[in-house]
Amino acid sequence: MIHLSIEKKLNTAAGDMDLCIDITIKKGSFTTFYGPSGVGKTSILRMIAGLLKPDKGRIIVGSKIWNDVAVKKQLKISERNVGVLFQDYALFPTMTVRENLEFALNKGQSTVIIDELIHTVGLKQLQHRKPDTLSGGQQQRVALARALVKKPTILLLDEPLSAIDLAMRKKLQDYLLLVHKHYGLTTIMISHDIGEIIKMSDTIYVLENGLIVKSGAPMDVFTHQYMSGGFQFTGEIIKIEKEDVLYIISLLIGNSIVNTVIMPSEIHEFSIGDHVLISSKAFNPMIQKIIQ
Amino acid sequence: MIDWTPLFITFKLALITTLCLIVIGIPISYWLAYTKNKGKPIIETLISMPLVLPPTVLGFYFLIAFSPQNAFGDWLNNHLGIHLIFSFEGLVIGSIIYSLPFMVHPIQAGFSSIPKNLIEASLLLGKTKFTTLTKVLLPNIKPSIITGIVLSFAHTIGEFGLVLMIGGNIPNKTKVASIAIYDEVESLNYGLANSYSLILFAITFIILLLVYLLNNKTNKNIL
Repeated sequence: MIHLSIEKKLNTAAGDMDLCIDITIKKGSFTTFYGPSGVGKTSILRMIAGLLKPDKGRIIVGSKIWNDVAVKKQLKISERNVGVLFQDYALFPTMTVRENLEFALNKGQSTVIIDELIHTVGLKQLQHRKPDTLSGGQQQRVALARALVKKPTILLLDEPLSAIDLAMRKKLQDYLLLVHKHYGLTTIMISHDIGEIIKMSDTIYVLENGLIVKSGAPMDVFTHQYMSGGFQFTGEIIKIEKEDVLYIISLLIGNSIVNTVIMPSEIHEFSIGDHVLISSKAFNPMIQKIIQ
Repeated sequence: MIDWTPLFITFKLALITTLCLIVIGIPISYWLAYTKNKGKPIIETLISMPLVLPPTVLGFYFLIAFSPQNAFGDWLNNHLGIHLIFSFEGLVIGSIIYSLPFMVHPIQAGFSSIPKNLIEASLLLGKTKFTTLTKVLLPNIKPSIITGIVLSFAHTIGEFGLVLMIGGNIPNKTKVASIAIYDEVESLNYGLANSYSLILFAITFIILLLVYLLNNKTNKNIL
C-alpha cells in the first residue's frame, strides 16, 4: 500500500500551480495517472522516487514513512528501492547492455538475476552491444530489465512507450504486464494512450491543474466520457476537399485514414487539425478479426 | 650547442601543472556544472580571468604575494619553509592558476552536456553521487577531459610573462624554453633561439592537432 498525501507548488509553463493529492494505491495494483501535460503527473512520480521533495504532507509505503514534511523526514533515494522507467530510456551510453544491468547490482548481489532478466525481456543476443546501436523498443527493454535488477517492489513508468512505434509498443505492454505480475510489483504509470491504459491498469486517476478530478476503473472512467452512444471513434481531420455539393473529409483514426462526407452547411465548424468524434447509432457494425 | 635544460624544465613544469590541474579541475568543474549557488558567476569570472589578463599582471601579484616581505610570503617562508619566489614550486603554483580555465571550461561543458536523466537513473539505482561521478559521468565526458588535459599542457608550455615575473631567469632552475628564447635573442644568438622556437612550434602543433583529430572523431565540438 502506498499512501500519498502531498502538496507541492510547481512552476509550469502556464504559471504557478498547486499540486494537491491524497490517494491510496493498493499493493500489487497497476495504477495510471492520466491528464494533459503540465498537471503534475511526473512530479508525483518524482516525489515517490525521492527526486523531488513535497512542500507538505506524507508518503507512506507499507508501514514505513518515506516522507513526512512535518518532522522533516526524507528517506534517501537508495533506501526506497523504486524502479523507474523514463520516456528516453536513460541508458548509460558508455556501457554495454549487460554492463548497464550489472551497474545496478547491489554490493555482493548475485549476478543470477542479470541472466534471468536478460532472458525475460529477450535480450540475450544483444547483451554485449552498446545502447546507441539498439532500436527504441530494445533500449526500453534494457531499461526495464535494469530497473528490475535491484528487485524493487514499486515500478514507476513515466510515459515509457510514447516514443516507440505502435507494433513494438504492443509488445512492450505485454512485457510490462508480464514483469508486473511475475515480480508482484506495484506499478504506477503515466500514459496518454487510452487503449494502453484500458489494457494495462486497474485504476486510473485523471488529473487537471494539480488536482485529481476523476478516478476509478479505466473502462468506467473512459466509457462515461467517450462512449455514451452506440458506436464512436475519435480522430483528427487531416484533409478537407470540396466535391460537387458535398465536402469530403479525411480522418486519421488510430493508424487508419477514413474518408467521410459532410454537408456544406456544417463545413464551417471544422478545420484541418481538429479532433473530432465520429459516431453512429443507427446500424449494426460488422466486426471481423484481423489476421496479422 | 643547444642546452636542453630549459626544454626539460618546460616539460617538467607542464607535466606537474597538468597533473595537479586534473586533481583540482574535475571537482571545480563538477561544482560549477551542478551548483545552484548564487556565488557561481563570481567563481567563474575569477577562473576565467587568466584568459584576458596580461600574464604579467598575474605574475606581478604573485610576486607581491609570495614575497617574504609581505605577510603571506613571510608566513609561507617562516612556518612552512616554502619559498615560492624564484623557485620551481612557485612556477607550478602560478601555472596552475594561469592554466586553470583551460582545464575547467571543457570539463564543465562536458558535465553540463550530460542529460540529467542519466544522473537520476544512477541515483535511483542506489548509487552515491561519487560512484555516479566516477562510473557514469567521467566515462561519458572522456573527450572533454582529454581536451582539458592537452590544452592545459600546451598552454603551460607557452607561458612567458608569468614565469618570468615569478621565476625570473635562473638557469637550471626556473629558466624555461620560452625564456631561453628571449635570452638568446637578447644576446643575438638567433640560431639557438631558432632551435628552441622550432622545437616548441613542432611540439605544440602536434599536441593541438591531436586534440582536433580527437574532437572530429568523437564528432563533438567541445571547445
